[in-house]
Amino acid sequence: MLSLSVNGQSYPVDVPDDMPLLWVLRDVIGLTGTKFGCGIAQCGACTVHLDGQAVRSCVLPVGAIGQRAITTIEVIGNTPAGQKIQQAWLDVDVVQCGYCQSGQIMSAAALLARTPNPTDADIDTAMSGNICRCATYVRIRAAIKQAATGKAQVPQTMVSAPEGAAS
Amino acid sequence: MQAAANEQDAVDLRRRHALQAGGLAIAFLWLGGTGAASAMMSARRQPADTAAALADGNPPFAPNAFIRIDSSGPVRLVMPSVEMGQGIYTGCCMLLAEELGVGLDQITVEHSPPSDDLYGIPLLGGQITGGSTSTRGTWPVLREAGAVARSMLVSAAAVKWHVDPSTCTVERGVVHHQASGRSATFNQLADVAGRLPMPDKVSLTDPKDFKLIGKPMRRVDSPDKVKGATQFGIDVRVPGMKIATVMACPTFNGTLASVDDKAARKMPGVVDVLRLDNAVAVVGEHFWAALQGLNALVIEWNRGVNAHLTTQQLRDALADSARHGQGIMARNGGERPQGTVIQSEYQSPMLAHATMEPMNCTVHVTADQCEVWSGTQVPMRAAEVAAKITGLPETKIVFHNQYLGGGFGRRLETDWVEQAVALGKQVSYPLKVVWTREEDIRHDRMRPMYHDVVSAVLDADGRPLWYGYRTSGGSVLARFAPGAMGKDGMDSDAVECVAELPYDIPRGSVEWIRHDMPPGIVVGWWRGVGPTHNLFVVESFIDELAHHAGKDPFEYRRALLQKNPRALGVLNLAAEKIGWGGQSLPPRVGRGVALGEPFGSHVCAIVEAEVTPQGEVRLRKAVVAIDCGITVNPGSVEAQLQGGLLFGLSAALYNGLTIKDGAVEQSNFNNYRSLRINEAPNVQVYRVINAEAPGGIGEVGTAIAAPALANAIFAATGVRLYQLPVDRDRLVQNPDALKSVVSTARHEGRDIA
Repeated sequence: MLSLSVNGQSYPVDVPDDMPLLWVLRDVIGLTGTKFGCGIAQCGACTVHLDGQAVRSCVLPVGAIGQRAITTIEVIGNTPAGQKIQQAWLDVDVVQCGYCQSGQIMSAAALLARTPNPTDADIDTAMSGNICRCATYVRIRAAIKQAATGKAQVPQTMVSAPEGAAS
Repeated sequence: MQAAANEQDAVDLRRRHALQAGGLAIAFLWLGGTGAASAMMSARRQPADTAAALADGNPPFAPNAFIRIDSSGPVRLVMPSVEMGQGIYTGCCMLLAEELGVGLDQITVEHSPPSDDLYGIPLLGGQITGGSTSTRGTWPVLREAGAVARSMLVSAAAVKWHVDPSTCTVERGVVHHQASGRSATFNQLADVAGRLPMPDKVSLTDPKDFKLIGKPMRRVDSPDKVKGATQFGIDVRVPGMKIATVMACPTFNGTLASVDDKAARKMPGVVDVLRLDNAVAVVGEHFWAALQGLNALVIEWNRGVNAHLTTQQLRDALADSARHGQGIMARNGGERPQGTVIQSEYQSPMLAHATMEPMNCTVHVTADQCEVWSGTQVPMRAAEVAAKITGLPETKIVFHNQYLGGGFGRRLETDWVEQAVALGKQVSYPLKVVWTREEDIRHDRMRPMYHDVVSAVLDADGRPLWYGYRTSGGSVLARFAPGAMGKDGMDSDAVECVAELPYDIPRGSVEWIRHDMPPGIVVGWWRGVGPTHNLFVVESFIDELAHHAGKDPFEYRRALLQKNPRALGVLNLAAEKIGWGGQSLPPRVGRGVALGEPFGSHVCAIVEAEVTPQGEVRLRKAVVAIDCGITVNPGSVEAQLQGGLLFGLSAALYNGLTIKDGAVEQSNFNNYRSLRINEAPNVQVYRVINAEAPGGIGEVGTAIAAPALANAIFAATGVRLYQLPVDRDRLVQNPDALKSVVSTARHEGRDIA
């Protein structure tokens, strides 16, 4: 019987050591905010934090975790970086289908906690492991910058342009 | 459900307005005669039977199938379309709330139950979310539905207060009578409103007074989605539920010969092994146990007639059809005139949808009922297949739609629902079937491959006098909605955006040569459908003509658009915003323009790309100009064009399903790549503002992406791409270039387990 520390709570779980954390979270503990996308650490939908670091839970055997603190999307809003990221995600209206966004937000929150003022290159490095098939990347980038600076990042590039009509 | 059954006596149906035949005109009935003309949404009806009343909580006021007002709590809005990321829940809520007189902060949204009668989209003839039709098809009905409800709530207040309804006003869910200083909330008025007769006529809000429509509103589904609280199909949990994962025969049309499950059954957590004609599933206490069990099976397949099939065989046969096959004419422009003839052939690959959420479905089959939970673009079809497979009447199917983790056309199918029900009826417990990503890629209903022969006759100035188009491919429509095929066997989707070009070209000949795939290769709708394929060919070819004429590709198009002000409008706008021709670009950097009129909208995209000496393509920036008429939510228009364009660029850069030994070779995101953030350029969206009828938006960006990219690559390198995805080998500057750093792959310094 393993004991996992998830979102500040201790969970005894009777599962094989090599079972990936993702399925323990989703199918055993019942935290379904963390998503399954590929099973081979290619898409990042399953991203959670292990002692504050972003990891892919679909390839992380629970037996390797020990007492390290697992944090999931359900409570990331309780951290300063997570709260800022979630608010920026709402302000910039990043989400489309939303399925990958748990993982995107977990990666972005880890980035912001580590690098309070990320450059474009920092964002590329931290976020390139998270696929979004709706391709919300333009707004993800804007939202991370907005979360970092507190300044609106002009998410709406759309303008009224009657002058653009036929000439 | 038990408790609810005992409440039947308490259900008062008098205030529910029964289904009656409606008189909606149907412009284009996709299902061509298979559905009754009355089977369409209406602003004034809802199911009047007891079961439906119980299902929706029997609110005191529910004047139609979209609005539920209880004696307390937020207004409940029921969504006719499904939400797969395109923002339609927000758009539908804006239309309803605008006319009803509530704010988006005062409502909650609910998925609709399966019903063509109540939620059938007029443009499609059924409860289908697809073809970028939702806003186009529903906006007048939803506005009227909101206005009907408001009118009845105002009448209720007027009756209570003995005043003239016209002296009452509505603001944020409250009816006011200014002269007497009285006011009442919608909740307080619901009971009386529910007993009033339905108004025959209602007046709609003057567009100049719109509070919501036309404003960039934030999405109604975001707050839950950023917290991981949204329930997608894969998140469904039912008491006593077990979880299965499945493997179907890798070859198309192959079957299951035998399976040795002794080792699998001994594994901890494995509950059961289930068989279908063409697949085997392992049931576990959790997904991991099921997957471990599946991997432990020893399976023999009958690989069937396609056992040795390859992509090349399919391509060769298709090319032969395009060159020599008997076509069906979509446009017959008569004899080809004299002049310079230009001819090219283009090939487009099969594509997977790869929705982020893999296919999944939860079922609970009992002797007299089948309950199903899944995210689908076709709730009614999903319920119908569940009835067919269980043998139960449709009234015994309880279908719960879910938020969709991506659709892109994949969830217009019902194959995974059929499979889950066939598995679920073998067991007594509720069963959730979850596909692996490998299963999802290998058993997609893929976008068909195409081969096109396109030609033009030019005058002395290089201007086209005539164009010819012979396109060959499988038909999705023939299977999906056979009644919508033309009398002559024509598939309108196959020639969409090419039968009619935006350009002033006097004559042309457009033919479709139907070429069915071998048995078992089922082709499906893929975001942008016919236009995604045809616009790649047409707009690449227009660029070829411009090059042949020695003209700038923007100016060449401009000259051909003088009779088409809306198309010219978006062309000019995009060119102005990117600064076309205003500056010289660095070496091996090019801009590509593409223009089209898909889904009732007018769009121009300009992509700027750099091609490295090693042949890697870097997207630098993109501008999209759109004229989609009246816009409900400009924020959604921007998001759909940004995401849609990048979705199309992702496929054009990286994707093509290939077949070897009768099976799909790709399996996951490692070999079926998807664009990542470090590869994504900024995409600026500009809108032409007018009051034309709304056009579709969810697929427009995708449909215009590939030609803009191919034209940019041509401008950067002089290499014309006749085949997708982009072939980097053809873009290498010279052999020496490959000796320098080859990889521009993404950084690997990210956090990873």
